[in-house]
Formats: sequence, structure tokens, C-alpha cells
Amino acid sequence: MGRRGSIGRGAAALTAAAIALMGTACTSQKAGDTGRGNADGKIKVGLVTKTDSNPFFVALRDAARAQATKDGAELIALAGKFDGDNEGQVAALENLVQQGVDAIMITPSNSTGILGAIKKAREKGVLVLALDTETEPKDAVDATFATDNLAAGRSQGAYVKAGLAGKEPKLLMLDGAPGGTVDEMRHRGFLAGIGLAEGDSKIVGKESTNGDQNKAQQAMENLLQRATDVNAVYTINEPAARGGYAALAARGRAAQVLVGSIDGGCQGVQDVKDGKYAVTVMQFPKKMAEQGVQAAVEFTKSGKKPSGFVDTGSVVITDKPVPGIESKDTAWGLQNCWG
Amino acid sequence: MSTKTKGNVSEFVLRTPAVGPAIALVAAVVVFSLTTNTFLDSDNLSLIVQQSLVVGTLALGQTLVILTGGIDLANAATAVLGTLLMAKLVVGGVPGTVALVTGIAAAVAIGALIGGIVTGASLPPFIVTLGMLTIVTAVSRIYAEGRSYPVTDDTLAFLGTRQYLFGHVEVTVGMGLALLMFVGAWYALTKTAWGKHVYAVGNDPEAARLSGINVRRTVLSVYVVAGLVYGIAAWQALGRVPNADPNAFQMGNLDSITAVVLGGTSLFGGRGSVIGTLVGALIVAVLRSGLTQAGIDSLYQDVATGVLVIVAVAVDRFSRRKQR
Repeated sequence: MGRRGSIGRGAAALTAAAIALMGTACTSQKAGDTGRGNADGKIKVGLVTKTDSNPFFVALRDAARAQATKDGAELIALAGKFDGDNEGQVAALENLVQQGVDAIMITPSNSTGILGAIKKAREKGVLVLALDTETEPKDAVDATFATDNLAAGRSQGAYVKAGLAGKEPKLLMLDGAPGGTVDEMRHRGFLAGIGLAEGDSKIVGKESTNGDQNKAQQAMENLLQRATDVNAVYTINEPAARGGYAALAARGRAAQVLVGSIDGGCQGVQDVKDGKYAVTVMQFPKKMAEQGVQAAVEFTKSGKKPSGFVDTGSVVITDKPVPGIESKDTAWGLQNCWG
Repeated sequence: MSTKTKGNVSEFVLRTPAVGPAIALVAAVVVFSLTTNTFLDSDNLSLIVQQSLVVGTLALGQTLVILTGGIDLANAATAVLGTLLMAKLVVGGVPGTVALVTGIAAAVAIGALIGGIVTGASLPPFIVTLGMLTIVTAVSRIYAEGRSYPVTDDTLAFLGTRQYLFGHVEVTVGMGLALLMFVGAWYALTKTAWGKHVYAVGNDPEAARLSGINVRRTVLSVYVVAGLVYGIAAWQALGRVPNADPNAFQMGNLDSITAVVLGGTSLFGGRGSVIGTLVGALIVAVLRSGLTQAGIDSLYQDVATGVLVIVAVAVDRFSRRKQR
């Protein structure tokens, strides 16, 4: 009998553990109502990022939390488990609406995957803002706070063009993920900035890296195998630039090649300072989050909705300024970088 | 007298591994209902079920495989390929029903292939499905050409878009289908000779063989049925998120194993139930929803889910040891 009784105790232990875990739930305030228009007047804002791991989204989340605290609002931060977790983002949206938040800020993993859940949220009177990545169509959300990635790409391209000082470009491109909205805008912007058409013979090679350092290094090693005389490299982001630089340095070619990047993470700015690559174009996740939270608070108080695309800007960071391109040095960059 | 009653109760718990998880599920629902204002609400309970559909269906197939002592790492990848086939074929002008059947057939074929290799070459399912996970994921990405495909076809989105109201509760066709599948699997496992063979093979393949069971055919049939279930999971996925994305459900295999384990099914095979798996899938969704209602961030929700998994396995180990 005794041994059987302990099986029952095992089940009880599981239950107890579950209850203990959920005890954390007791910390939530007990407002006397359900849904929107919280009786205690506390504004609630939900944030749904692509992942919890990427430093960009961590910076976004931390800035949103800080701004919410400043404005006396409560922030609930949820995320997909990986880039592409549309199902997870949809569930997060649904749970936030059910929770009774006043506004939701989201960086959609997929520009179209979550439209149904966004529509339902807006129908229930929740303000929905896109951060960093646009939805498709753009007016699926109330407003978007993001970097103009076409402009950021164009800045990188224009700098590289000026940096080559009249030399004919022999370009390698370390792209992001094939088909990614942001990835394609940066790519197109860069080509516009450097003044090359897609398919030009001066583009010696291009490779998808998914913005991953290891993949970028491998891609660069393979590209250098067949194209030895390159003098310019486009990169989708700083991890890709680091991977590309590692491959170039291993071949002793780093000094002859002008590498450009985009992001403005602190490690990236440090890389520019160390001379690993010449330039990075900084974007401002903190601004996206802060302006998003401010808009949410404003909406809750006055009912005023933001609209359209709000460009949070981008700045060229380099220690080798070139004529005609407005830029800031790495000292400024290190003060304003994220992550 | 009282000792006898107690014995019966613990025997019931022992024979029915879903009871422990069911108690945990009820406890979770009660706790969240008491501590938040928004959890206990017909809309929300309906949402929680909808949020469990895809992982729950993947976990149903996973349960069958695990009952034979195997494991399937390729289940979510198979379903993703199914969604891509369905959505992209429709974009190419193929009628929705044909695309749907093609997607499900592809999943069945992958299941048959895995089962064929596992039984034919006597390779460990872990290795075979690990390899298949890599292959199927790559095939999906090649086939998708780096894009995702929004679903416009009514047949493909049918499971999520067609909704009925029972009183105030929103019920989708997908919920009905999932219920049907779980009840069907429960019936097949507990009331048919095939089901008894599945348990016997998982418990001890050698003993099963000696008692006249065709072990290979049983295992092969389980992988084929599981493939069919993953094909339907693909359909459920398009009902939930009408967009076929090659990057989706990267953690679907582990999520499904989580649901199976939380449902009290033993990873060693031969012991467990699909009803437990249903409960396990619901526990995960209840935790996510309830902790969000309580204003808790997703990273802490992950911690809670992880702890529960370990506790569930510990309970399983503990009860097995005591059984001997």
C-alpha cells in the first residue's frame, strides 16, 4: 500500500509545483473590472518582439520598459521563440488583448503572418503600433516607428562610393535572409547609394548570410576563393561584417577592402573604432520604443492616434569621414549605441 | 475498508497516467481564475484551446511514436513542408482541396519513409528523424524560394475561419477536428488489437515478437499514421495563421515532446495516453495565457514551462521505480 500511496504523492507533488509556479500570478493587481479602461487608471502596454535573444530586441525592450516606468504605465513584454515564430506572436497578441492592454507594439516576424490577430486587436479598440519592421499592407497597423532601411542602405552605399575615391568598385554583397523585407530594402538602398544596377558586372558576388557571423565568414571565404581582387563589401548587419572581416583578415586582405555595415550595436561601433570595417550606419531601437510608448500613453489619455510611418532616423558612424557624407565619429557612436 | 479505497484510487492513478496532469491543469485554471480578472472568460478559454491546436496535433502523432519507444524530431518540419505545399500550390492555380490532399499525402510519405528506414535498417528513430529534420527543413526552404505564402484559399484556412457560437463560446471547426482525432486515437489505442500491439512493442519489443506480434509492421504503421496526423497539423496551422512560412515551428518538435511529457507519457515507451497529451498541450497554453494575464514577461513563462517538464519527468521516473 505504502508504495502505491507514494505514487499519489508524486502526482500531488506535480500539482503543488504547478501551483507554486503560478503563485507568481498573485503579484498582479486585482482591478475591479475586466478589459479596457482599467479602474485603477494604470495604462497597460504590451510589447511583442521577434525574439528575446537578439540584442536589438533586448535594447528595444529595455528602452520600452524604462519609458513606461517614466510615464507611469505597465509594460508586458512577450516574444516569439525564434525569428519566424508567427504562431507564438499571434498567441502573444491574443493573450495581451485578453489581458486588457490599451496598446500593443509589435516587431512582426513575418509582414503578413499576424495580420488576422492585429485586426482583431484593433477591432477591440487596442492601438497597434509596428516597431522596426513594417506590416504588409502598411496600414494594417495604426502607425509604424522604424528605421527607413532604404535610406540606411543608401547611406552605406554612398559612403563606400566616396571612400573608393573614384576607383571602380569590385563589390561583394553579404545579404541577409532571402526575401526578408528589411534585408531587401537595405540591399536596394546600398546599390542606389553606390550607383550600381542589380546584375552589374562590378558586383562580383553575393551570398545570403541570414545576418549570422559564422555563415557570413563561410560565405566570404567561398566568395574570396573565386574573386580575389574585390575592393568593397556590403554587409546586411554587423555580425555579417564581423564574419566578412574575419575571412578577409585571414587572407591578409582586410586593409585593401572597404567594408560597410548597418546597425549601430556597441560591438559594431567598437569594430569601426578598431578599424575592422570602415563604416556602420546606426539605427535607433531606443527611439522606436520610447516614441511607441509615448504614442500609446498619449492615445490612452486623449484618444489621439498616431499614423503613418515615423522614421526614427539613421546616422553614419566612421572615424574616416569622407566629403559630402554627413557622419559622426565612434566616440559619439559609443555614447549612442545600443546593446 | 479505507485502505482498500485508497488502494483502488492509487491503482487508478497508476493505470491512468493522465490523472496527475489533469489535476495540475485544473489547479492551474483555478489559480489563474482566482488571481486575475481576465483569465476565466469564455472567449479566453476558447482562445487557449485554439492556441493548443497545432502543437497538440503534432503532440498526438508524437505520442504514438513515443509509445513505441521511438521519438520524432522531424514532426514539425514535416508539417511545415505540408503548409508550404498547400499554400504554394494554390498560388500556382491548383484547387484548394487538391493542394490540401497533396500536402497531407507528402506528410504521410515522409512518415512512411521514416518508418521504413527505422524498421528496415533497424536504425534508432532519434538518428533517422534527426537526419530527416535536416533534409525536410532544407527541402522546405528550397521549395519556398526564401518566401512565405499568404493563404487566400477558403479550404486551406477553413479550420480557423469557420466559427460557430455555442452560447457565448467561440468554436472553430479546427477544435472539433482535434477533438475527433484525440478521441479516435484514444479508441484505437485502448480498444483495438493494433493499440495493444503498440503498447506491447513499446514495453518490450522482444516479448511482443515472441507473443506473435509483427513488431516491424506495427512500428511502420505508427509512423505512417503519425505522418497523416502531421499533415492535418499543417492544415490546422494554416487555420491558425493563414501564412505558410518556411521559418515557422522551428521548436515544434520540442514543444510537442513537452506536451507529451507533461501529459504523463513515458519517454521510454509503452506507457502513457493521448488524453494525457491533450492535457499536456493545454497546460502549456494555460500557463502562457495565465501568466500573460498576470502581467508576466515571456522569459519567465519559459522558466515556468521548463520547470514543469522536469517535474513531470521526475514524477514519471518515481512512479516507475515504485511500480517494480
